Amino acid sequence: MIAETGLAALWLAAALALLQLVLAFAGLKGGKTELLAAVRPAAVAQGVLTAIAFAALITLFLRSDMSVLLVVTNSHSMKPWLYKFAGTWGNHEGSMLLWVTVMGVAGAAVALFERALQRNAHMATLGGQAAISLGFYAFLLFSSNPFARIDPAPADGQGLNPLLQDPGLAFHPPTLYLGYVGLSVAFSFAIGALLTRQVDAAFARAMRPWVLAAWVLLTLGITAGSYWAYYELGWGGWWFWDPVENASLMPWLAATALLHSVTVLATRDALRAWTVMLAVVAFSMSMVGTFLVRSGILTSVHAFAVDPTRGSFILGLLALYIGGALALFGWRIGSVREGAPFELVSRETMLVVNNLLLTVILGLVLIGTLYPLMTEAFGHKVSVGAPYFDRIAGPIALALMVAMAAGPLTRWRKDQAQAVGKRLLVPLCIALLVSISLSLFAWGRIGILPFLGLVIAVAVGVGSLAPLWKRKLLRTPLFTYGMVVAHLGCAVSLAGMACDSAFTVEKLVAARPGDVIQTAGWSLRFRQIAPIAGDNWTALQAEMDARRGGSSVLIRPQSRFFASPPTTTSEAALLTRWDGQLYVVLGEEVEGGRWQLRIWWKPFVTLIWLGGVMIALGGALALVGRERRGWLMKWRAREARL
Amino acid sequence: MRKLLIWLPLLLCLAFVGLFASGLFKPDDRVIHSRLVGQLLPAFSLPAAASDRPALASTQLATGKPRLLNIFASWCVPCAAEAPQLEALQKAGAQIDAIAIRDARPDVDAFLKRNGNPYARIGLDARSAVQMALGSSGVPETFVIDGKGRIAYQHIGDIRADDVPMILEKLRAAQ
Repeated sequence: MIAETGLAALWLAAALALLQLVLAFAGLKGGKTELLAAVRPAAVAQGVLTAIAFAALITLFLRSDMSVLLVVTNSHSMKPWLYKFAGTWGNHEGSMLLWVTVMGVAGAAVALFERALQRNAHMATLGGQAAISLGFYAFLLFSSNPFARIDPAPADGQGLNPLLQDPGLAFHPPTLYLGYVGLSVAFSFAIGALLTRQVDAAFARAMRPWVLAAWVLLTLGITAGSYWAYYELGWGGWWFWDPVENASLMPWLAATALLHSVTVLATRDALRAWTVMLAVVAFSMSMVGTFLVRSGILTSVHAFAVDPTRGSFILGLLALYIGGALALFGWRIGSVREGAPFELVSRETMLVVNNLLLTVILGLVLIGTLYPLMTEAFGHKVSVGAPYFDRIAGPIALALMVAMAAGPLTRWRKDQAQAVGKRLLVPLCIALLVSISLSLFAWGRIGILPFLGLVIAVAVGVGSLAPLWKRKLLRTPLFTYGMVVAHLGCAVSLAGMACDSAFTVEKLVAARPGDVIQTAGWSLRFRQIAPIAGDNWTALQAEMDARRGGSSVLIRPQSRFFASPPTTTSEAALLTRWDGQLYVVLGEEVEGGRWQLRIWWKPFVTLIWLGGVMIALGGALALVGRERRGWLMKWRAREARL
Repeated sequence: MRKLLIWLPLLLCLAFVGLFASGLFKPDDRVIHSRLVGQLLPAFSLPAAASDRPALASTQLATGKPRLLNIFASWCVPCAAEAPQLEALQKAGAQIDAIAIRDARPDVDAFLKRNGNPYARIGLDARSAVQMALGSSGVPETFVIDGKGRIAYQHIGDIRADDVPMILEKLRAAQ
């Protein structure tokens, strides 16, 4: 019954989305208020129904209902409940249902809470949201029904990809999806604004909180994903430029650019066409990412369902929505008058520079990700690895960081180059000091990019605190703090990345129990190796005493074996200290009872993720600050009227 | 110029869609062939995987007579489907040795009892180390080894009934 209820809710939601689309466009076309009045309730009901469908699927997974095909292929009655729960979205059908649920609920939220938009633009936005949702409903209902039954029901299920059996990954996809799909709201806003020809500051102010919220979640999702890949894959790296990682990085880059250009549009009524374009591009990148991951046209370390029919369905949606939006853009943008002018030396220019650099990085990542596909179309097989991305994206990212330090120190509309230079003096001096001391300490031992990275990180760190200089801290608005924290987070992350690539010490040894291994100031005593059993896996576990100076700590790297499906994963032992992480991976047995051990000492690597969390926190502060200010103003206006 | 800029994103989008479509509908060649074809087998020595068959070492595969090396596992369903074809190959005079992947002796014994035992020697590769050294990416797989211990041919996936004459031909050619 639960499966049928879920399916019925999904069909009803799809029908309501169609109704919502028809109501919105018929109402706008004919100027019929009574039709438009029904759009918001339809959107809310649609959101509730998708939530019901998703709750039904979660229930089926938690109960291990083996008469449902999706549960059989992706779950197992012996699995810990957390992974049964996470198994709901750890597969193609479930994650697509999560996608439409987030879209439905976001649409309902736009219907309920959006007050800043003018009515026609609001209705057109809801119509746009319904149009996008419809495609995904069709995808779910016609090609990947999550509620399909299997008869006869097997005795037990086939498990979940063991790589995905990790608490980090249980919550990483939903966070990313909230971000991906949150960008669909920005997309719908852009469509609505183009249709009603209302691309202006009011539109930007209405869109900004949605972009901010999506961006915060996307940032958190990427940060969590990076940390997960770092400790779960056992390769010791934190970013692999894998197609799946790029699939989340590209929308993030576009959303970051959008976030900054939407601020220009909201404050200064400039960059209209650019902002609309970025809103379209950001969600397009979410869809392209989903397509790349789901269609299997690119190979990746993250194994997902590979299915060309599904791939062609998403490709169809992609062509329809992105192509449609870009056609609408081409058709309408000319009639949207370009906004206020600004001088060359101004905050606007700095934000344009920021936008351009982000767009260039986005383009390079996109080309690098698709390059294997392009050459394959001409008959060659190549793969593009991390070296391409590091070498190409690295320098531009550093330039972007420099712009980031200077941007907040520039005034809106018009500024003097001399004055900006003067404000930049302190960060510049500090950068100079850092580069001198770093040269004395490590010249020739570290590469040019990590060197520049460290110098720029320190300068940006100082520069991003500068907007608080000589200000009354208690009266500084919350969104200024948000910007400061987010920019500081970028500096912290950059410092972590630079330290990791400059100072990591790696050692590969073959040791037998009883041996002591010395590396990077640590001494590791290999005590013993023994088999242990977990919930649904068995493992070989090494026990080692790690000591640096004082007392020793017991660490236990494992090599895990899952029986169903047969897979081996390595569980790295991580020891976190204030100045870095010790990372130990247990490898294969070599002859003579010796075991391969890979040991890394990674100074300050944790800063990478700390920075990521700070960036997200900064976004959240800005969001709360902006919204609170809006409420306060409304409240004061009401008070004044009374 | 400005007009072109406005329509450029749409053109780019269409180009990408074309590219994606070409990637989607290209013939699928995801099969990974071993890079060792034409080269000597890597050296290995494995313990016995079944109670009534001897252990297997790479030196035993270079005795002057070409033979088959079958990679299988008791938990692998296509391997059971492949069993009758291996039986037929053995009847036709092929000598077949095997490596059992991630297996345990009682399981292998039960598998052989159920599906027949065409093998001369069976080695146990408990952690897939030899499988990986061979450049094999799954079970079942079958290698044709010439008399000098060189890999002459790699068959990925199960041997179907209509593959049998081809395999016999490869064995003859490896002489």
